[in-house]
Amino acid sequence: MGLNPRGKLLLSLTALLALLSVVGFMTLNVQSDWGFIMEYRGSRLLGMLLVAITMGLATVVFQTVTHNRILTPSLMGFDVLYVLVHSLALLVWGAEQSTNWPIELRFIVEVAAMVAIALLLFRLLFTGSVRGLHVLILLGMVGGLLFRELADLALRIFDPSEFSIQQGSGVANFNRINLKLLWIGLVGVGLCSTLLFHFRRQLDVLSLGRDVAINLGIPYIKTITLLMLAISVLISISTALVGPLLFFGLLMANLAYWLTGSHQHRWTLPASVLAGIVCLVGGQVVFEHLLSSGLPLAMVIELCGGVLFIVLLLRGVKQ
Amino acid sequence: MIEARGLSKKYHDTLVLKDVSLKISKGGLTSIIGPNGAGKSTLLSMISRLTPMSAGTVEIDGLDVTRTPGHELAKRLSILRQHNESTLRLTVRDLVAFGRFPHSRGRLTAEDQQHIDEAIHYLELGEYQNRHLDELSGGQRQRAYVAMVMSQNTDYVLLDEPLNNIDMRHAVGMMQLLRRAADEKGKSVVVVLHDINFASCYSDHIIAMRGGQLAYQGTPEQIIRSDVLSDLYDIPTSVHELNGQRICMYFRELI
Repeated sequence: MGLNPRGKLLLSLTALLALLSVVGFMTLNVQSDWGFIMEYRGSRLLGMLLVAITMGLATVVFQTVTHNRILTPSLMGFDVLYVLVHSLALLVWGAEQSTNWPIELRFIVEVAAMVAIALLLFRLLFTGSVRGLHVLILLGMVGGLLFRELADLALRIFDPSEFSIQQGSGVANFNRINLKLLWIGLVGVGLCSTLLFHFRRQLDVLSLGRDVAINLGIPYIKTITLLMLAISVLISISTALVGPLLFFGLLMANLAYWLTGSHQHRWTLPASVLAGIVCLVGGQVVFEHLLSSGLPLAMVIELCGGVLFIVLLLRGVKQ
Repeated sequence: MIEARGLSKKYHDTLVLKDVSLKISKGGLTSIIGPNGAGKSTLLSMISRLTPMSAGTVEIDGLDVTRTPGHELAKRLSILRQHNESTLRLTVRDLVAFGRFPHSRGRLTAEDQQHIDEAIHYLELGEYQNRHLDELSGGQRQRAYVAMVMSQNTDYVLLDEPLNNIDMRHAVGMMQLLRRAADEKGKSVVVVLHDINFASCYSDHIIAMRGGQLAYQGTPEQIIRSDVLSDLYDIPTSVHELNGQRICMYFRELI
């Protein structure tokens, strides 16, 4: 079962656009020496690529697991959950004067805490009596708000200096990527995306629903737990790098479904990543070099994603 | 053989299934009947490991369903529940191909394609095989899901109310098909049915449940009797033999 001709054409075009964006980002308006450009732009490019991969894969897999095309990990508050864990961690690190720990190690500890909380929440949501998408969306929204407020509260307890460092992390910004976490992020993304792509056929089966998946021999709870673990790690990495992105994943996942017209994850997973690269890197090229506009890209992307969310919701209500 | 021992299911504080023990022998068509809330669907979904049991064990040919790896069981037993709604835009053929997953883990071989073709042919879905599921009628979609279960090619086929929402013609077609699967392919078919006359005309064995317990079981001659059915459903019924088939009348009480 391959892809239909339309899907092939659109996917190839997206891949070409993604490649052009990457080349354009690295080569347009180069004014200083190449060594500096490679380091400065290269590291930002790597950061954006990682964000595209994390958000694309995490959203597509999450939507498969929850059998819907509206809900995303960000809408369920996974990204603000990371911000909360990070803020709390800063409080603890600050108090214990253990800031001499390497940042990578601190990051791993935070991700571990985040994964534990996320899995616990997921257990409550999916093995309990909560059924129906609307209840889930509502719970996600409420949860997201709760985490956001708690993170805010934690921030207010900080010293003024720590507060100012932390303050910016409430909003995504692609011009201020947390480069210190790039390498550990790269390792995490590499591991998780390998795992998810390895599970592509199981994911196809899971999209048919729990009962059919069990009937076809998928160890349901085990598989779902593993997938949720990967999703939590991916979202943590993305949030640590650029900050929370509410609608970006939704935009990418739905672009991927539309581009491929397929239910098969061997196509939708790469398509979501390519669409993300075009949006992020391509958008950055257009804004920086062609329009020379100071408009923050993150905001524009979030606006598009937000509009899409409303459209999807309205269409869902009609059905 | 399917063997259940001391099967119970508790939701919060209510017991929906109370200490049910039964054996369903290999081969033939077994119907599970009974009033609403009798625990028929719960029993079926516990036998097929979709619902965890609160107490008791189920063995399929000696394999404990809670301990045997899922992919092993998926080659021996298939289950189709009532509500199969997918948000995916799948073609009939894509759906039926999923039935081969336990055998090929998603890499379809020539042998798998043969099974898929056979299942599509068996359910007379040939002309629809490249249509999307959302373009089909309810009955056709139901048949597509049954075709998926058929391509899974398991010894035991469990179906929860397969006649739900389909018209007389398709209901008869479905029961004939299940009968043929039992007779020609040697499958053991277990169905939950609401229409007791279908159960009477097509079953080898009938299991009657009430209030979470096993009420009666036996051949259609033993179960489709006015005293048994009147007791089971708590309404007056009369059973008549028409053309050698036992038909239960219950639609309007004769005064």
